[in-house]
Amino acid sequence: MRVLREIISRPTALFGLIVVLTVVICAGMAPLLAPFPPSEQLFDGLTLEGAPVAPDATYLLGTDTLGRDLLSRLLYGARTSLIIGIVANGTAVAIGLFVGMTAGYLRGAIGNAMMRFTDLMMAFPALLLAIVLAAIFRPSLWIVAMVIAMVNWVQVARIVYTETRGLVERDFILAERSLGAGHSRIILLHILPHLMPTAIVWGTLGIATTVLLEATLSFLGIGVQPPEPSWGNIIFESQSYFTAAPWLVFFPGAAILLTALSFNLVGDALRDILDPTQRGRM
Amino acid sequence: MFQFIARRLAVSALILLGVAAITFVLLYLLPADPAAQIAGRSGNAQTIANVRHELGLDRPLPVQFMSYLSKLAKGDLGRSYTQKTEVISLILARLPATLILMAAGIAVEVTLGLIFGIIAAINRGGAIDRLVMMACFVGVSAPQFVVALSLLYIFALTLGWFPMSGFGTAAHAVLPALTLGVLGAGWYARMVRSAMIDVLNQDYVRTARAKGISERQVIYRHALPNALLPIIAMIGIDIGQFMSGVVVVEAVYGWPGIGQLVWQAIQQVDLPIIMGVTLVSAFAIVTGNLVADLVAPLIDPRIRAR
Repeated sequence: MRVLREIISRPTALFGLIVVLTVVICAGMAPLLAPFPPSEQLFDGLTLEGAPVAPDATYLLGTDTLGRDLLSRLLYGARTSLIIGIVANGTAVAIGLFVGMTAGYLRGAIGNAMMRFTDLMMAFPALLLAIVLAAIFRPSLWIVAMVIAMVNWVQVARIVYTETRGLVERDFILAERSLGAGHSRIILLHILPHLMPTAIVWGTLGIATTVLLEATLSFLGIGVQPPEPSWGNIIFESQSYFTAAPWLVFFPGAAILLTALSFNLVGDALRDILDPTQRGRM
Repeated sequence: MFQFIARRLAVSALILLGVAAITFVLLYLLPADPAAQIAGRSGNAQTIANVRHELGLDRPLPVQFMSYLSKLAKGDLGRSYTQKTEVISLILARLPATLILMAAGIAVEVTLGLIFGIIAAINRGGAIDRLVMMACFVGVSAPQFVVALSLLYIFALTLGWFPMSGFGTAAHAVLPALTLGVLGAGWYARMVRSAMIDVLNQDYVRTARAKGISERQVIYRHALPNALLPIIAMIGIDIGQFMSGVVVVEAVYGWPGIGQLVWQAIQQVDLPIIMGVTLVSAFAIVTGNLVADLVAPLIDPRIRAR
């Protein structure tokens, strides 16, 4: 509650929260809100010359190169982005928490080996690694989500590792251990709760990264495959028509930008609010 | 100092070995049999078996890994499925164009980042600071392909100031470099700002102010040099971001570098090329971090003393 009040008191974070909620509503109610079925090639969806229809009263955001309603595709595309954002980033945070916590708690040879492995993953450029993985596994919604998770967990693991190492040194953990608590009790009841703020912050900030990565992969043609709409593949499909029908790039582009920006704004505010040592910084 | 260099070199070598191991494993996950791919559609079982033997795919895994490593050490990244040439020569032919683009992108990123970071730090807490920080958020949240297409639409198509695509003159480089730099500029500006604010709160800056030095002198002579260090470390780490950005930017602007090579390879599922560029990028990232680590003590005497 305090957190929510603080977010509302910050204009930029409030803006972010409103946009995030709007995207969630659009995604959840896409079938009710969409004026047309997203993959239907509409009878008068193309002009007589076969070009996409510019935004007008019937097609509020215009139609695409196949004569499908852009607004409907954007609404369903919000689903794709959010599902991938939540699943991929949730998985990435979970893996990051597991690896970082285990390595930070055990330390020694196993902990070291785990962290050297994360160092290794940092040596790969994220997009190229995702391209390799997407080329190896045939892309579908869930594969794309897993590919992104495989790329994004590394940063979380490193931060969690540093925090866990600090926590393990603290007196209350020592006290718990001298009382005879087992490893799993200490990790689950005493370390994990202290890592929750980090998990929440990265759970939010990471969605921005994920939405951008999914859009980029789909734009390159190896993300979510048409006809299933995603904001990235809408742009991928209409790129060559871009000079004649710029709305086909600008509307989905704006959707990606606004969504990523909003998750960044909310995540940044959460970091400020949940981590008092960051307060007054940025 | 010597020991420090030796240790960093050893760690970098180990990371590169690990990178090679991971790409090797990934190649083994391939559902498509490389031998069948090379033999082509007309290949019968015997040709495929011959190709497999030629490639050494019928030998035990550790042996294959060792021969993979020795090939990599010689710069052999395998052959392209579709272009029937060595991947390494394809990459080397296109590397100069990409390096030009990256240098220009880094210049844009650092310049914009420094200017906006300093402006924000000087006005910290004020309206200008908030405006600049908001702009940074927009910069880091903008998908590069949308930025690229928007810049094309505004400055090439509508205003006609720059060519739509291609390579050769300085005018061709402006929009790609700008696209590549905007994302990083947002991160840099935030970092410069916070480093500057840290420094401005230090005792020696207060002493400098108390001596009556002008605010301009405080900022440029005392605060800025100390804020530069994290930026240099960041450029090393940033190479990874740039390698990713280059794929999108070169694809949109038709810039004939290794990013475009990857983009074309994606269309043709030419995995050796994608893998080769990934390996070269990983090599660049490890080297970049190494150089950043080795340069830092030369710039900052405090690290040298450690």
